[in-house]
Amino acid sequence: MRRRLPAALLGAATALLLVAGPTLACGGLIGPNGAVNLLRTTTFAGYHDGVEHYVTAFQFQGGGGAFGSITPLPGVPSSVEKGGDWTLQRLIRETDPPRERVSFDFLGAAAAPSAEVIMQVRIDALDVTVLKGGGADVGQWAAQNGFRLPPDAPEVLDFYARRSPIFLAAVFDADAAKARGQDIGDGTSVHITIPTPNPWVPIRILSLGKTADARVDADVYLLTDHQPALLPTPTGSNGMNLDNSQQASQSLLDDLRSDRGMGWVPKDGWLTKIAIDAEAPQLSYDLAIDASGQGIPSWVQAGFEVPVQIQLVDQTTTIRALLAAILAIGLLILVLQLGRMAGPRATIQA
Amino acid sequence: MSGRRARLALGAGLVGLVLATGAAAITLAGRPDASPQTAITIEIKYSHFNPSEITVPVGVPVTITLVNDDPIDHEWIIGDDAVQQKHRTGTELLHPVRPTEQVIPALSTRVTTITFDHPAQWKYICHLPGHEAYGMVGVAAILR
Repeated sequence: MRRRLPAALLGAATALLLVAGPTLACGGLIGPNGAVNLLRTTTFAGYHDGVEHYVTAFQFQGGGGAFGSITPLPGVPSSVEKGGDWTLQRLIRETDPPRERVSFDFLGAAAAPSAEVIMQVRIDALDVTVLKGGGADVGQWAAQNGFRLPPDAPEVLDFYARRSPIFLAAVFDADAAKARGQDIGDGTSVHITIPTPNPWVPIRILSLGKTADARVDADVYLLTDHQPALLPTPTGSNGMNLDNSQQASQSLLDDLRSDRGMGWVPKDGWLTKIAIDAEAPQLSYDLAIDASGQGIPSWVQAGFEVPVQIQLVDQTTTIRALLAAILAIGLLILVLQLGRMAGPRATIQA
Repeated sequence: MSGRRARLALGAGLVGLVLATGAAAITLAGRPDASPQTAITIEIKYSHFNPSEITVPVGVPVTITLVNDDPIDHEWIIGDDAVQQKHRTGTELLHPVRPTEQVIPALSTRVTTITFDHPAQWKYICHLPGHEAYGMVGVAAILR
């Protein structure tokens, strides 16, 4: 499974950030000296014939040590493989004028218990593990593999596990990358193939470990058979801007199709680009997509609703509601009683 | 006439009683017990303490059970501002466990017993990186 590192990749995606060993972690992208680096990330989600193709890149930023990240997935992937060499770059060129970009992510560690390991793949300097488990299971797995999660991780992991208990953990060994001659800015793209009724892109995970005043910048590209319906709708004020929405050009589709593992790209498609420019606390949602043409993206997939079977009940809220109901019933009875007492008098006066 | 007045007065009194009882019950349901307690359980969930306010007595051993429901480690350090500042700026990731300074590993429980020797208003805080800023702060009222 060991392969040579590709040429430089633009953009990196990801998710839940972990840092290995005793390094102090606060989330975001964490360098070996503990510094947090906030970089723009780029991901691509294509959907065709009931299969989501999720392409993201993990980029080497320099320094040493191991870095880790976890990406929530909408389902169990049928394959995780090295991504193409130019898919992300070609998408950026299609919608943006050339500009300097840097980004990445990383990860780092081996497998362990609690969560069920359902797939392990080595891609260049990346060790990729697909996990199945609840938020606590995945958190334990991370801890047992030497990672330190930021304080918001327990809630964020549960947020995703309620809807899909599948996570992709990627571990990047920066020391090994340096030994391999990888230069800063070089990256490794990963292509994840996921059969699913509708595509779904994790957004909230981008804010993991970031402070309230931190910003998140990311680009999300979608390629679907029809113009997709999105939830939330990008309005700008919600931290999401619809930068591009049009029929994909034939030259773009041809270029994408010619990249490694991209033979699935259809002859026609709709290209959407969503730019995320938000304060971290704004990103309390994911991006639900209805690519069927019916225009009904899922509130559950967007993270606005908890799946019915596991809705949580707050005991304090329940007690308060019960007391309020008792109080209301008592008041109603008293009002009726008072009305009854006053009633005969009115009749007599009339 | 007097009978009707009496019924109206009774009704008004009942309304007042129900309102007062309901308001008191709702208020109590939303607040921790304000009387000093010698056995307290503090749950840690999603990197927050619950309860985030406790009241304990001076001069009596107080047993505090710390239940960490998170899959990550946490600390519970109780003390005055000087103690908190020392941990806030400290360089040790881990340090010896003391009754007032507990490390609670992921998904585990720790029990500590403390006798507070003077009245004070202390805080209990997790000083792992980023945790205090995220809201892992509680207040302990130590009463005579």
